Amino acid sequence: MNIDLIIGIINIVLIATTPLVFAAIGELVTEKTGVLNLGVEGMMLVGAVTAFVTLVITGSYFLAFLFSIISGLIMSGLFAFLVLILMSNQVATGLALTIFGIGLSSMIGKEYIGTPIKGLNPYFFIILSFVIVFALSYFFNRTKMGLIFRAVGESHTSAHALGFSVIKIRLLGILFGGAMCALAGSYMSICYAPMWQENMTAGRGWIALALVVFSTWKPNRIIIGAYIFGGVSIMQMNLQAFGLSFPGQFFNMAPYLATMIVLVAISSNKLRIKLSAPASLTKPFFKGR
Amino acid sequence: MLNYFPSVVVRDKPSVFINILVPVIAVILTLLTGSIIFYIMGFNPFFALYTFFISPISNAYGISELLLKATPLALIAIGLAFCFKNNIYNIGAEGQLTMGAIFGGGIGIYFYDVNGFWLLPLMIIGGAIGGALWGLIPAFLKIKFNTNEILTSLMLVYIALLILDYLVVGPWKDPNGYSFPKTRSFSESGRMPLLFQGLRVHLGLIITLVLIFISWFVFSKTMFGFQLKVSGYSPIAARYAGFSQNALIYSAFAICGACAGIAGLGEVSGPIGLLYRDISPNYGFTAIIVAFLGRLHPFGIILAALVIALTYLGAEDAQLFMQIPAAVGFVFQGLVLFYLLGAELLINYKIVFKK
Repeated sequence: MNIDLIIGIINIVLIATTPLVFAAIGELVTEKTGVLNLGVEGMMLVGAVTAFVTLVITGSYFLAFLFSIISGLIMSGLFAFLVLILMSNQVATGLALTIFGIGLSSMIGKEYIGTPIKGLNPYFFIILSFVIVFALSYFFNRTKMGLIFRAVGESHTSAHALGFSVIKIRLLGILFGGAMCALAGSYMSICYAPMWQENMTAGRGWIALALVVFSTWKPNRIIIGAYIFGGVSIMQMNLQAFGLSFPGQFFNMAPYLATMIVLVAISSNKLRIKLSAPASLTKPFFKGR
Repeated sequence: MLNYFPSVVVRDKPSVFINILVPVIAVILTLLTGSIIFYIMGFNPFFALYTFFISPISNAYGISELLLKATPLALIAIGLAFCFKNNIYNIGAEGQLTMGAIFGGGIGIYFYDVNGFWLLPLMIIGGAIGGALWGLIPAFLKIKFNTNEILTSLMLVYIALLILDYLVVGPWKDPNGYSFPKTRSFSESGRMPLLFQGLRVHLGLIITLVLIFISWFVFSKTMFGFQLKVSGYSPIAARYAGFSQNALIYSAFAICGACAGIAGLGEVSGPIGLLYRDISPNYGFTAIIVAFLGRLHPFGIILAALVIALTYLGAEDAQLFMQIPAAVGFVFQGLVLFYLLGAELLINYKIVFKK
């Protein structure tokens, strides 16, 4: 096999996998504090369209990413208000966030479909994704604050009794998740495929949610999981290029089928999931009594 | 803490009155927010709300279109109620709808040049089976491998859509359809009969109402409905009572899948008449909102389906007359669900202003 081809493939895998890493690591932090946010897909789309429209209007990459991250903070802030203050059902609220995000992003981006922009070099973000994952791994395993985050996710009543503010820490976890999802979205619309298209994330937000389960809530394993996925999706493209005669739709199913296979492989060990999932996941916290 | 700051206190028991009031509050708040959004966009909010919510249903054709859109929403939502009552989060109804359309529609394409009274019932049964089989996959994976049904049911949506795409551009493509990705048209007897001459509302509406009535009976008068309810409120109590959780999961998914499948078949054999890529404008996802807005109650779901169907029609009119992208309908749907979930706080808690 030719070395250039291998380097080429690695390059494509790196570029294609990075948004999954961003979104999954953001969701992992949210889930570590005991909150399940199913709005990943919606926040990614709003982040993507915000970055794209900002770039078209201002021409500034910096502002594009800044506004995109702010949009992620607003979207996740809305979610946080509902699940933390109004104690709404997290599953339903996350779904609402995704439906809302799909609608909002199509509405904002309607006039920008097909607008050409100059894409940004992705390598800074690829490196950034690794840095963030390793930093969070250190944070959760080696710092006091990281332990507090984990305590809130494992048992909010104990954490509350120890004097930690459950609501504040969950708010931080949710906001971080929102910012990372928006970053994943803006990477997609500005670096990965420099364009805006309705529903352009094509289910990556949901795959990111599955990656968190795959990682058994350990940051470093997000990288492993994401790159297996990235590899599978790119492999299907290459097999197609080698002229394997198979309808394209079946190749396009690969990431979704792979997600299901991975979920089956990881979840079938009930004990492992039970031990590694944050014990308070999806449970609302009510202080007063 | 400030003295006049409101505090949240647990109610002794959930308020039934507020439970009914919550959807009303949510709809009113959504309308208020909607007028603010329209005002910011530079429209007269009264004119915008009129265009969105009144003018689409101001004539018989509009009412028929409203019922046409409410039919699949209500049918899928009643199926979802079987899952949600038991805290099973099947969010893949869109995929089950697509599979129903493929199975039932496939029969219609196979008999494209045959007419007979048996064809439509056969297609409906095919639709129900297709949807139910697709729904049973996440149920099987959940029971056998402990997988999260939210993620698997959703992945199956993407897979179902790709299968449909493959069929309409590949083996099922209309040989006389040039290069359009669509199949042959169904024969006349493979179409849902229209209820009124010249209006698009069809037999699917009657089927939906009958199925909703049966569901009401099942929920309130049968042991199965009781088991669903108990198991949703307290899985432990259900286990002590000896209810089989697995059987409940399988049947909830199968019922929901069958309902979504019939809804999908209703779309392709109703207004569409053949198979192509975009058979559903997200009915499967929007029905989740309908189910919650209707409080998982059969009659609540009928009302909620009408309200949400109106957002589809209103969005179309708003696009036509005000050049507002039709996606604004989804924004309204998301908003109504946000307000609903937020207002649910008042069912179990009350706000107290200390002096």
